[in-house]
Amino acid sequence: MIGLTQVYWLAGVMFAGFAMLSLRDGRRRRRGGNALFWGLLATSFLFGAELSDLGNGVLVLALVLVAGSGTMGRAESGSAAPAEREARAKARGDTLFIPTLVIPAVTITGALTLGIPVGRLHLVAAGQVTVVALALGIAVALLVALWLLKPPALAPLEEGRRLADTIGWATVLPQMLAALGAVFALSGVGSAVGRIATAWLPLGHHFAAVAAYCTGMALLTTVMGNAFAAFPVMTAAIGVPVIIHRFGGDPAIVGAIGMLSGFCGTLATPMAANFNIVPAALLELPGNAVIRVQIPTAIPLLACNVVLMYVLLFRL
Amino acid sequence: MTAMWPLLGVAVLVLGFALRLHPLIAILAAALVSGIAGGMAPLQILAALGKAYNASRYVSIVWLVLPVIGLLEREGLQERARVLIARLRVATAGRLLLIYLAVRQITMALGLSSFGGHAQMVRPLIAPMAEGAAEARLGALSSAMRLLVRAHAAGADNVGAFFGEDIFIAVGSVLLIKASLAQSGVEVEALRLSLWALPTALLAFAIHGVRLWRLDGTLERLSAASRS
Repeated sequence: MIGLTQVYWLAGVMFAGFAMLSLRDGRRRRRGGNALFWGLLATSFLFGAELSDLGNGVLVLALVLVAGSGTMGRAESGSAAPAEREARAKARGDTLFIPTLVIPAVTITGALTLGIPVGRLHLVAAGQVTVVALALGIAVALLVALWLLKPPALAPLEEGRRLADTIGWATVLPQMLAALGAVFALSGVGSAVGRIATAWLPLGHHFAAVAAYCTGMALLTTVMGNAFAAFPVMTAAIGVPVIIHRFGGDPAIVGAIGMLSGFCGTLATPMAANFNIVPAALLELPGNAVIRVQIPTAIPLLACNVVLMYVLLFRL
Repeated sequence: MTAMWPLLGVAVLVLGFALRLHPLIAILAAALVSGIAGGMAPLQILAALGKAYNASRYVSIVWLVLPVIGLLEREGLQERARVLIARLRVATAGRLLLIYLAVRQITMALGLSSFGGHAQMVRPLIAPMAEGAAEARLGALSSAMRLLVRAHAAGADNVGAFFGEDIFIAVGSVLLIKASLAQSGVEVEALRLSLWALPTALLAFAIHGVRLWRLDGTLERLSAASRS
């Protein structure tokens, strides 16, 4: 049976490759930090299941220290010169888009079919179908790209590392926020926020609870600048205990629209610098110019999300 | 009252982000503070963090895509995307940005995040094309008009990206939703999460689309006002 374990091996091998290429890269300063960071990720994917909880905790601590100490270098601007890429783009034409379309096609087909047992045999473990389908989609796309483009053998790994270095420590941010959510749940943050919310908000009504959850997601995102950080907090506080458990709301609807309510907050905050401040600088605009054109979309869309979640959960 | 102490962890997270601490350090500090406030020992917190980190590894599976995208970029993917966009022949700034909004949402929904972006697409292509379209219709642009067009170019990219990405099942935020719910003991399939991202995506397109549709009228009024 194929499951997450095999997908993790694949990821582990990839990150180990990034680590080795980082070490080999003589042109860069600070390559040690990058090699260490990708090496720690490789360790997590290859041996995470064998490590004790505390062992994994030490690994997390090491990741944070490597990233936080500023020893990771930025990526150089790609292996191919702009003129070279321009020429290749002309030569390749629209075939370049084929592999990128293979990924969603195979992933969605796989997600819909891999869970179906062949006779008595389950090919893929239940609950892991989506992730396995994604890995399969990417693997097929890579094979298609290699066959169409015939690049040097190490090119995928080299280019993958270039992109990974550009993203840097932010590669582990979503996973770290998920882990923080677990610690928050254990230490009682959710129940504390929930207690405040029940004391101050009329959460007894379905609509009020939905409004508090969606608006809370948007406001907390505005403060933090990151919907990913707000999501575990608000969901543990109101989403799960009140809307899902007490009122029996469908978790898929709560989660999906909850996160998108957070994105309404992202549109409205200078804290989300990558999306709102960086482009203003790129386009030579005053700092708040992008936010000002986005707020009139963010507010009605948030209102729509509240109504949408309420109707989908409790009125259909 | 002691039940409220773990909230200090949230305060640490907010403060850490506000003070521009390294986000990973802010997260670690928030976990330590809320754990200690909740009566956990430091090593216990570290173990809980490690256990949850290990259990959420599938959130990072999206990075498997990096070698494919990197390879395609080496062969000129972004340059080709620019050629495709530049072929758009649209008369007005508002219509152009409306089409870009749709393209950005659809490509994000297919997992093609590298099709847009502020540095790759908006600054070199979308903003100049929108400005060009406005100039062709209204003559020289006042600085207020130029500012509005450029800001809307960036806004269309953001709205399209935010409200398109969650339709693709294997994006980081969908897997984070799945992981966060799983930490609270609620299991949900990623495919259903992406399905329920669709209604909001359509509403986002409707709301922002109407605003872009009306942008041309606003520009005309600004143009008339700057001339009189």
